Amino acid sequence: MTEQIAAVAGPDVDSAEWLRVLAGTGPQREEGLARLHALLLRIARAEVARRGPRLRLTGPELDDLAYQAAADALIAITSKLRGESRFTTWAYKFVIFEVSTKIGRHFWRHPTVPFDAEVWERLPDRFGFDPAREAEWRDLVVALRRAVDEELTTRQRRVFVALVLNGVPLDALVIELASNRNAIYKTLFDARRKLRAALAANGYIGDDGWRR
Amino acid sequence: MNGWSALERFLRTDPSDVGCAEAMELLHIYAELAAAGAPVEERYPGVAAHLRACGPCGEDFEGLLAAVRGEAH
Repeated sequence: MTEQIAAVAGPDVDSAEWLRVLAGTGPQREEGLARLHALLLRIARAEVARRGPRLRLTGPELDDLAYQAAADALIAITSKLRGESRFTTWAYKFVIFEVSTKIGRHFWRHPTVPFDAEVWERLPDRFGFDPAREAEWRDLVVALRRAVDEELTTRQRRVFVALVLNGVPLDALVIELASNRNAIYKTLFDARRKLRAALAANGYIGDDGWRR
Repeated sequence: MNGWSALERFLRTDPSDVGCAEAMELLHIYAELAAAGAPVEERYPGVAAHLRACGPCGEDFEGLLAAVRGEAH
């Protein structure tokens, strides 16, 4: 499914000014780039601070990541100037993406587990099944494991193991597999569809939920 | 959320989900409309479906929305 961009009005005054300055040359453009970099750095710092509590990153590392994200976003922005939204919203998108990429890369500095380790005993915990009620879910988890073995392609299985079993962040797996977010997501999307179909075929799940 | 509902949510796929590439392409427009209170899930249902299902894109959307709203104040 493809969703088209809704009717696009002309740029607002501020956005038009950004586009004019950055499309120009000389000191005015340099000054504009410096202002944009400062703006991006502010957003990058805010974004790493927002995500910081969930990451194992310390103050200097967070600031370094924000600087790198702002610098790389500036390069991306100046190579792709467009006018579909306010200029700053569009520019912020790049720095948010760069923060995600940097965080994904940072994961491999201190990985908690090899991305392809297969410790299947973790599977129930990954979905939050209560060990005290194992009798209720044991057969389902065995069936899920069997479906992973029998239904998924080698790549789908690899992505499932990394993301689900080992809890590797998707953006970190993108780097490890030299892939991109869309391809990894699509691989897991197809794997999810296959696993559900396999569980449905074996009577574990229907359109209205679990068959317990 | 217990294991049953977490697994059910994981296995459920939405055919209208546009995927990461298209969601990322439209994210600045989507976030700007969302910040303005527009019915963005109706206008871009495939992007909305994707942002509900994809953790990283959902996280980027939250960050961009926070940036847009922060700038507005």
